[in-house]
Amino acid sequence: MEKNTSCFFSNSSPNLVITCFVAFITIILVRFLYVIYRTGKPLNKRTPQQTLSTLIVLGSGGHTAEMINLLLVLQKDRFTPRFYIAAATDNMSLQKARVFENSLADSGVKGISAEFMQIYRSREVGQSYVTSVWTTLVATAHALWLMIKIRPQVVLCNGPGTCIPLCVIAFIFKVVGIRWSSIFYVESIARVKRLSLSGLLLYKLQIADQFFVQWPQLQRKYPRAYYVGCLM
Amino acid sequence: MGEARDGVKVKRVVFVTVGTTCFDALVKVADSQEVKDKLYRRGYTDLLIQMGRGSYLPTKSTGDDGSLAVDYFTFSSSIADHLRSASLVISHAGSGSIFETLQLGKPLIVVVNEDLMDNHQSELAEELAERKHLYCARPLTLHQTIASMDLNSLVPYSPGDATPVAKLINRFLGFPEES
Repeated sequence: MEKNTSCFFSNSSPNLVITCFVAFITIILVRFLYVIYRTGKPLNKRTPQQTLSTLIVLGSGGHTAEMINLLLVLQKDRFTPRFYIAAATDNMSLQKARVFENSLADSGVKGISAEFMQIYRSREVGQSYVTSVWTTLVATAHALWLMIKIRPQVVLCNGPGTCIPLCVIAFIFKVVGIRWSSIFYVESIARVKRLSLSGLLLYKLQIADQFFVQWPQLQRKYPRAYYVGCLM
Repeated sequence: MGEARDGVKVKRVVFVTVGTTCFDALVKVADSQEVKDKLYRRGYTDLLIQMGRGSYLPTKSTGDDGSLAVDYFTFSSSIADHLRSASLVISHAGSGSIFETLQLGKPLIVVVNEDLMDNHQSELAEELAERKHLYCARPLTLHQTIASMDLNSLVPYSPGDATPVAKLINRFLGFPEES
């Protein structure tokens, strides 16, 4: 009797494993297609008191200045708590963000919740694309760690390479059901005729829910983008 | 050359900035006799160079001998004060420097760094030059631009507005419209 039972199990466990595996892949595929379908579709109406945790990706050069300009016109009581991420080698961006949050406190805004974090860079300016493969993997692992902690509902980014691992992970979180998020990408004002590499990736892969450009030439080239004029 | 009635010389400062970059070609050409002569002839009295991470050091001068007074520094936590007290700004093509200067209403010559790979910065400078908000030059043509520029022909830049983006984001997330 025992021998027969063990034969039964040893015959059927590969089938069981395969069945589970196929079921798993199917579920992921269905979820993936669902996320693709819902990307870009507005969310349901929200009660005024509801807040959304927001990830803000900063970058060297003009990126942080442009982002702060956008944050100035967003209602802070809707987009809270705010998590700022900048590349580890970018010294000024987090400082600018802190100054911005302090100015909010000084002007009497209540209930401010902001955190400031650094992330390993996918690619330094001028770094060869070959070595960038490894550094991007390291950056992605670090991004995963940070994203698991933050699990934002809104992602705001405007160009630096640091946003790619974060946006891809946000998308994966949507697929596996860890956290649904809305991803907004504003291409930098310095991009008049051509998209940046980050912009191109997020546009082509359709990862961003809404893709904004600041010059009409780009809107003609990339019709799914929203032309919003100059932010600066 | 800019004497006020009480005999005090009116300062007209040219501020050169390279932001956080290294742009020796601009610093060198700004410090060249050709450019300094052209600036002096256009009525400027002082040249202040923010040289950033570059290695070329300009030559300081008090300007007492009837020429441009020249001074330089590497970085400053905020160049806003220097921009405000300048009569002319000559800047690298970084968007931060460009818009900070335009928003202060200062005349601007943008010099594009030809040594940068994949130079997307020139797109912005050329677009704004086409719209007559600034002059665009290369290091070797800077002196010509200075000699021939007509600052009265520049069109003031109206500051941008981020509210269209905010509106679209709020609408997408289902937040009610502002009353």
